[in-house]
Amino acid sequence: MKLIFEKGAPGQHLSLLPSCDVPEVSLSQERKAPLPLPQVSETELTRHYTALAKRVHGVNDGFYPLGSCTMKYNPKINEDMAALPGFTQIHPLQPESTVQGCLEVLATAEKLLGEITGMDAMTFQPAAGAHGEFTGLLLIKAYHHHRGDSARTKIIVPDSAHGTNPASAVMAGYTVVNIPSAPDGCVDVEALKAAVGPDTAGLMLTNPNTVGIFDKNILEITKIVHDAGGLCYYDGANLNAVMGVVRPGDMGFDVIHLNLHKTFSTPHGGGGPGSGAVGCKALLESFLPGPVVEKAGDGYRFAIPEHSIGRVKDFYGNFTVVVKALTYILTLGKAGIPEAAENAVLNANYMMKRLKEKYTMAYDVPCMHEFVMCLEDLLHDTGVSAMDIAKGLLDNGIHPPTMYFPLIVHEALMIEPTETESKETLDEACDVFLKLWDLAHSDPQALHDAPKTTPVRRLDEVGAARNPVLRYTEA
Amino acid sequence: MGSYIPNTGEQRREMLSAVGAQCVQDLFASVPKDMLVGDGLDLPEGLSELEVRRAVTAMAEKNRIYPTVLRGAGAYRHFIPAVVRSVVTREELVTAYTPYQAEISQGILQSIFEFQTMICMLTGMDVANASVYDGGTAAAESIAMCKDRRRTKAYVSACAHPHVIETMRTYCFGSDTELVVVPEKDGRTDLEALKAALGADAACFYLQQPNYYGNMEDAAAIGEIVHAAGAKFVMGVNPIACAVMATPAECGADIAVGEGQPLGLDIAFGGPYLGFMAATKAMFRKLPGRIVGQTHDVEGQVGYVLTLTAREQHIRREKASSNICSNQALCALTAGVYLTAMGPEGLEKAARQSMSKAHYLAAELEKIGMKRLHGGEFFHEFVTACDKPQAVLDALDKAGILGGLPVEGGILWCVTEMVSREEIDRAVAIIKEVC
Amino acid sequence: MNFPAELKYSKSHEWVKMLDDTTALVGITDYAQSELGDLVFINLPVVGDAVTKEEAFCDVESVKAVSDVVSPLTGVVAEINEALMDEPQMLNESPYEAWIAKVEDITDTEELMDAAAYEAFIQQ
Repeated sequence: MKLIFEKGAPGQHLSLLPSCDVPEVSLSQERKAPLPLPQVSETELTRHYTALAKRVHGVNDGFYPLGSCTMKYNPKINEDMAALPGFTQIHPLQPESTVQGCLEVLATAEKLLGEITGMDAMTFQPAAGAHGEFTGLLLIKAYHHHRGDSARTKIIVPDSAHGTNPASAVMAGYTVVNIPSAPDGCVDVEALKAAVGPDTAGLMLTNPNTVGIFDKNILEITKIVHDAGGLCYYDGANLNAVMGVVRPGDMGFDVIHLNLHKTFSTPHGGGGPGSGAVGCKALLESFLPGPVVEKAGDGYRFAIPEHSIGRVKDFYGNFTVVVKALTYILTLGKAGIPEAAENAVLNANYMMKRLKEKYTMAYDVPCMHEFVMCLEDLLHDTGVSAMDIAKGLLDNGIHPPTMYFPLIVHEALMIEPTETESKETLDEACDVFLKLWDLAHSDPQALHDAPKTTPVRRLDEVGAARNPVLRYTEA
Repeated sequence: MGSYIPNTGEQRREMLSAVGAQCVQDLFASVPKDMLVGDGLDLPEGLSELEVRRAVTAMAEKNRIYPTVLRGAGAYRHFIPAVVRSVVTREELVTAYTPYQAEISQGILQSIFEFQTMICMLTGMDVANASVYDGGTAAAESIAMCKDRRRTKAYVSACAHPHVIETMRTYCFGSDTELVVVPEKDGRTDLEALKAALGADAACFYLQQPNYYGNMEDAAAIGEIVHAAGAKFVMGVNPIACAVMATPAECGADIAVGEGQPLGLDIAFGGPYLGFMAATKAMFRKLPGRIVGQTHDVEGQVGYVLTLTAREQHIRREKASSNICSNQALCALTAGVYLTAMGPEGLEKAARQSMSKAHYLAAELEKIGMKRLHGGEFFHEFVTACDKPQAVLDALDKAGILGGLPVEGGILWCVTEMVSREEIDRAVAIIKEVC
Repeated sequence: MNFPAELKYSKSHEWVKMLDDTTALVGITDYAQSELGDLVFINLPVVGDAVTKEEAFCDVESVKAVSDVVSPLTGVVAEINEALMDEPQMLNESPYEAWIAKVEDITDTEELMDAAAYEAFIQQ
């Protein structure tokens, strides 16, 4: 498909602005370079982007069991509410008295999410999960500094963690201590005991973890860290399994980030914008990025926490994403929140049970909202890899699971169906997975050659990296 | 009420029985019993769609929408063509995830490739990434691109947006980097102070163009000073101003970053916005975040993939120079559609009109005795001295006009193409009454 | 797989070609490149860097992974093979010509294997 730069013709344009009604001025140092932006008609423009949209698989195009990403249905009412002019047309630096509705959104979302997570305070400034991790770790850093304890230089991260965990720890100035997982995929309690000490600033953990198992030793784990003087960070990537059922705050965590774009149904937008809200217990509240929203009489106002780490972003975060998440929480309410988690877990266990008929599970125990299959034996027996199965799914209208993650499982496929998929969809998907397993044995080449029905077929990633072409240049 | 769960009670029982569970609670057997919240969560009952619409709309209605906006300071109300909203609300584009599966993500990937190209065109730089969270984090991320073993200190102009400086400071608190703020002189970076400040350990200097006060800096001269000290020159630019002002490349920048909000994104109480980052060819491998590259498939068809991924956290983990994972893809798409709709002429028109109208307002204010606080050239923002800013702003407020932002020494005004001459005249008449 | 007799080999799969008593070329072995797969980039060390035996001194990237290259020697980087920046595939295509760095002032060396011993080592 042509690039937008290869369409249209010089002089084609949309009629958008009137002529200038004041005397025109110019700068002494004006732009010299030409500005070769596209020149197309409105027809051409809309056709181009419609064609691009058709070359994308969204949640409404079919099943999207991408592990760890919680690709649940994105309710339309959320989008409607976020598009209200009373939100979209508000300048972030308007007087406080004229933005009380925005402050109410933030304050209400903070209260409800605080209750769901068991946290005392929250900031919505972080724009994404990784940004939330960085923010949360800075809270831990500021806390230890404030106590005059500068010896705590290490963050403990299990080897099953998402790559953002260690990367965030390093950005926050910490040294990472990787600890191996136990054979059951959970934290190796003895390894943790051996790793903690007076240099431990904290532990980063996902629970349920990246293999989809709730760590039953969680209270012991957080206690070990606390006893050593460290704090516990909860990566909220997998909160969808347990929201309304059990709270990170009650597991002993001191600070968490949420992915509002996963658990709370705001869409992913092809990679963003998301929202990585960070919640914390009272002991960290005074370190939060400013400004935070506080109650003032009948209304709300902004305030800067006493020992604030400072801003992590311009203004107040991805505000309209918070509007979507709030709409969702108000819709689900007290009963709907745990109901969503329970059904996410039920759907995952159901798929796991059906796929176990042929596939090998990395951990063959009841899972939470997702589970990991290990295709090492299939690769050994047939030469068909996890990647090949993934590409085979593409030809069947299914978005593949997360591949090759977590790193502790070889040939991993990580499946997260979410609660918004019907039994019918799960059954159809299971049939496809099982069919592909058979195909791997009968005609492995067919899977090596997949996909065949997609807009493009397998792409040369090595060539792309060796000879990077990162922009269009006129021939 | 609803939780968007399609399965009926009967289907759930069937599924429970298939997995060998009596009830759904059995599935949570690994959670210690005394930790379960049971019915204990203090949340409101769920609402029907009609009720939730009422509740959230009531919040939106507590905010005030100003028909006329003369305030910018990092969030700019520009004209947004109808085609922009029409494209960026398409549900495929809204609901997809990061384009990991290239074969079914060509639409997102190509749109990012086009965005990268457009950012290069605007800034004159060689390579751009797929975007980051916003202008402030883009500025903060640029520091890590410039530091090495010998060059460890970062510098920023005092005339940069205060939020940007604060964000950089927070990131520097994380990486234990010293951040030096180079002072201003008459609303611009003090070149002598800059020369004196940059030492052998200087990694980079960040300059905002036009700066926080709307003033044009002598960017090319500053670039020379920075390079003479062996440091990298980072420019934070307004992308619409790039249509008329000398580009970062023309000013010798090694890295160009900025806030992409003016490119078709609503002001939306501060976000979501869009950070863009571009660099010279010599520095492109240091760019953080996603980058899309062009390649071909097994049949020779042109296609796009996420590339140079071994720089990133999911592979490099604790050795990665940034933790960034997502970009602001839908916002980058918005900017791409906006720039396509505007085209080179439309964008220049938006820039030129914003600048001209700001100059018109400045001239009219001067006629009634409100003088600019600083001399020299400016783009679409400027500061006037004002001894009773609150009275001025209150009077404008009553007339539905969001006046400029009170800053030290006066008021920071902004005018875009959205404001007509008539509105400016009306605002000036109101101000005249007060002053 | 090819293991030239004139080279020495380390347990972490680098080859060493001694040019004189205190100077050597270092690269990665045929076995290393085949395990790493198609390499797409190398982060070369900087001339003047001090390198220490058994410590990483640069890394190589494939599409899906990054791997450290460990120095078998303690010394100082005298020269780097900049051609690898543009053509990392040389590491795959001719690993023994694609030297990564010339190290001088060598003061210490880890215990290296000859070709036969290395071949036996990787058989295990």
